[in-house]
Amino acid sequence: MPAKSTGTSTDHPTENDSSYRRLAGLQASKRNMVRISIASGKGGTGKTLVATNLAAVAADAFLVDLDVEEPNCHLFFDGKELSREAVSRRVPFVNEESCTHCGNCAEVCEFHAIVSLPKNVLVFDELCHGCGACSMFCPEDAIEERDHHMGEIIHLSASGLLGLTYGRLRVGEASAATLIKRVKRGMTNNRLTIIDCPPGTACPAVESMRGTDLCVLVTEPTPFGLHDLKLALDVTKKLRLPHVVLLNKAGLPGPDIKKFCADNGLPIVGEIPLQRAIAETYSEGKLLVRDPGFKKLFESMLERILKEAEKT
Amino acid sequence: MKELVVLSGKGGTGKTVVLASFASLAKNPVIADCDVDAPNLHLLLSPTVKERGRFSSKKVAVIDGRLCNNCRECVAACRFDAFSIIGNEHLQKVAIDADACEGCGVCMRVCPSRAIRLKEQDSGEWFVSETRFGPMVHALLAPGGENSGKLVALVKQKAKVMANRTGAETVLVDGPPGLSCPAIAAAGGADIIVLVAEPTASGLSDFARIADLCSQMKARTALIVNRWDINSRVAESIEGEASARGIQVLGRIPYDEMVPSLLAKGKTPIESSDGEARAAIVDIWNKLRDME
Repeated sequence: MPAKSTGTSTDHPTENDSSYRRLAGLQASKRNMVRISIASGKGGTGKTLVATNLAAVAADAFLVDLDVEEPNCHLFFDGKELSREAVSRRVPFVNEESCTHCGNCAEVCEFHAIVSLPKNVLVFDELCHGCGACSMFCPEDAIEERDHHMGEIIHLSASGLLGLTYGRLRVGEASAATLIKRVKRGMTNNRLTIIDCPPGTACPAVESMRGTDLCVLVTEPTPFGLHDLKLALDVTKKLRLPHVVLLNKAGLPGPDIKKFCADNGLPIVGEIPLQRAIAETYSEGKLLVRDPGFKKLFESMLERILKEAEKT
Repeated sequence: MKELVVLSGKGGTGKTVVLASFASLAKNPVIADCDVDAPNLHLLLSPTVKERGRFSSKKVAVIDGRLCNNCRECVAACRFDAFSIIGNEHLQKVAIDADACEGCGVCMRVCPSRAIRLKEQDSGEWFVSETRFGPMVHALLAPGGENSGKLVALVKQKAKVMANRTGAETVLVDGPPGLSCPAIAAAGGADIIVLVAEPTASGLSDFARIADLCSQMKARTALIVNRWDINSRVAESIEGEASARGIQVLGRIPYDEMVPSLLAKGKTPIESSDGEARAAIVDIWNKLRDME
């Protein structure tokens, strides 16, 4: 867990300070320990757009992509692969010679991952949670645990970042949350870390948001965006996670997100306008902040986010 | 009865809009929303709930403090770090983190004083409803809920039972994003999977992975590129990738400013008298019907 900042106020920045210097200088010690999760509820609201561009303007941040099912952050950086680790989980392997088909293993498995038949035992790796009950309670000691490949963790060096790490779930593997936990274990806690989360409100999204200092909920002014923002707020509430809202595609004809946020006391840290040029830049796998105007916008959003994180 | 499932890998590519449009074009469909942790289809179909029920699949361990003798066998046996020791040096107690607990029951089985039991946890709710296009089965997972794949399977099963009862020709399933347990559960047993992709670098990468899942599951698969004119070059790459994999390219839907306005009113693109997106979707639906 990262250390929490204490929330003392800092000197007022002068007009001609660049936001970068303000953030990097005055708040260096606090900023270095902050973990920011970028989440949404609804998919496609712009989490990856926000995470990659915020990390790029921070210039001294780690970017971690926990959307292990569909990781995309790395597509936006000219990265060089530093290392790649295979991640596996333990699943039972039944030694048929020692097995007496007593059925104990199937009985103690709460996940129905083992079926004991009169002449053999079937193991369903995808249902196994790796709790070890089957091998622990096998009276013949006939079950050993073997590695089941579930994905990989990739570390990249990327210009403009301290580093980029992402998990990649093996296609066909059911449990994303298990890999997310493993990626999180390797995260540093003394640097500003920006975390791109998967969509939804189920266990992978929750596991990605858990333990961060501030959650930025990216939403859009559509009925879907507002509805899923409310669902995401149920999660931040349940986790007691400090959170702010970032409004993307501002200008779409739809529900009034600003009014909803005002009515519910939710700070909006910034707005990204609805512009075809943004969609086109994103579609090419390019960062928006190469444009000076957008760079300013993301710098001001990062500043606001770090200020909110400091309050927590 | 045929089951059509819309998936995408990447979120926000337009699965729900496409599925809702199909629902307004199909003859007597049964509709199922299998994006159970962030469902949106009801926002366009305004269902009237006729029947509902609780869903509980996850179990969590609970300790009876009166029976616990503090031996800590459970702490040692748990592989999910769900146990912790709380209290001070004079009085210590074993506590369970319900979020970390996966409900495997190992602690319960190793406890010599039988102080631990597994308790079912409420994980969500399912609904059977009526809409202007036909009956709909949907659900809502509790925040942070686990086993969303089981809730997806439950929704699909109820939709099939409904289709058999009403004699529906088609079950239309709106799938979840991603490719882990809920997506696998949604894809299981589909007669055809329709992938909705967007022409972006992310969309291309995500399409390749969800297409891998579809081929692993040996499902018949087809592709729609949505908002193709955002980047026609990437749209072509996705279609090329699809053709190389034997995935039928059904068509392209253009970026149409009318669509967000219709959605804001709770209407599908089909419920407008014209529009480029509408024309494209009607064309795609006709192709899909010819495939069968």
